[in-house]
Amino acid sequence: MIDKQARNEEYIAYVEKKSPKAGWAISLFHAFLMGATICCLGQMFSDIIRSFFPMLDLLTLGSWINVIVITLTILLTAFGCFDRIAKFGGAGTFIPISGFANSIASCAIEFKKEGLVFGVGAKMFYVAGPVLVNGVAYSLIVGIVYFIIGLL
Amino acid sequence: MKKLGKQTYELSKPISIIAGYGLVGRKEGEGPLKNYFDDIENDDKMGEKTFEKAERKMFYKATSAVIRSAELSKEDIDLYVGGDLMNQLVSSNYVAENLQLPFLGLYNACATMTESFIVGSTFLETGGPSNVLCATGSHFSAAERQYRYPLEFGNQRQSYAQWTVTGVGASVISTKQKSSVRITKFAIGRVTDFGITDIANMGAAMAPAAMETLSTFFEETNTNQEDYDLIATGDLGKLGSDILKDLMAEKGYDLETNYIDCGHMIFNIDQDTMQGGSGAGCSASVFNSYILKKLQTGEFKKVLLISTGALMSTTTNQQGDSIPCIAHLVMFEGGVQC
Repeated sequence: MIDKQARNEEYIAYVEKKSPKAGWAISLFHAFLMGATICCLGQMFSDIIRSFFPMLDLLTLGSWINVIVITLTILLTAFGCFDRIAKFGGAGTFIPISGFANSIASCAIEFKKEGLVFGVGAKMFYVAGPVLVNGVAYSLIVGIVYFIIGLL
Repeated sequence: MKKLGKQTYELSKPISIIAGYGLVGRKEGEGPLKNYFDDIENDDKMGEKTFEKAERKMFYKATSAVIRSAELSKEDIDLYVGGDLMNQLVSSNYVAENLQLPFLGLYNACATMTESFIVGSTFLETGGPSNVLCATGSHFSAAERQYRYPLEFGNQRQSYAQWTVTGVGASVISTKQKSSVRITKFAIGRVTDFGITDIANMGAAMAPAAMETLSTFFEETNTNQEDYDLIATGDLGKLGSDILKDLMAEKGYDLETNYIDCGHMIFNIDQDTMQGGSGAGCSASVFNSYILKKLQTGEFKKVLLISTGALMSTTTNQQGDSIPCIAHLVMFEGGVQC
């Protein structure tokens, strides 16, 4: 058995070396480009809304931008274009709220065939679920740390 | 049937492939082999409501077409063997219900086509049945739903990933009727696991299985690569076939000249499929169209087809277990005098 383990380790190391690596510089540039585009779009909507409602506070304005980006993402997902954008942009499309909206919308579309309750209902958060759970868990930890720092 | 070694058998009866049919989807139909496929389906859903139904429809089309092109009717087929990638082999089960033929469902993931040939020809060798239908296939969208992410989910594929082929390959093999293509030998694979856990790197996981089966076959038949016109693996992809070449070179066999991989050759490099095709439909459709046609014309005289299958489930993979793989080898002879 030890022989087998040694063989496997050697093989895994060989495969690691042989497998093509993603060009990280290019991926990084694509992500930057896409992330920047989404943020600029957000800023554009923000400026437009502000020109109509100058009294709006920043927090409400931010919520409106989120709603717009989410709606656009869901529309693009429904028309089948979003996965192509994401293939190009990678984390640039995933990190803004667009990635989150896409993960829910794509599941909803995908599992509609299994019915509204046990399909869409049960599996809508199939991809987004882990993100939500982790998000809540980490924000709790950060909150506790913040609280302790505040006490000092 | 003669046992040549632990894994290799030689068939004593002449078992002919009297018809083959390769049906593929649009993306495959735009690839380098487009002129060889018998039919290309342009609609991903084939007019059905779900991708699972579309996969079934491909099976219906390919099986009925292959029986027609063998100039037989459904009643002449004694046995149907085959499988697919869906859980519980649902696609094949529905097709078997539709055909109303005695049916043995087989699962060896992407190695199911050669497994079907092995089981089918063994049955024929017994003298029981005289015509056997073998069919396997897969559908990109149905497989993607079952194994990976929703289709519209935006994620980037790893550079070493592969693309499940939408396609079905079906053949009728027979002892009653003769054709110029025969199945003469086969080697049953052993499950091989070299510890790869990355589900995206199927080529690297499956290459050792192909190496084990192919080198054992060479040893047990006292032959080497030079004795064959073509050695084809099922769906190792570009990376996997490069690994196989390295592994075989270590064993002293040189695969540089007459070796191809069905998954590597089914797509063009610009079709964005990374390392190439995979799936039960990959070696099935490529064999039944491209390779079979060249065997029929006698351009290839001796061909080895080694379909490789990754036998993990999504559950074991999520639990961090490595991927067990298998490779079955079937030897074909073409241009035989009837």
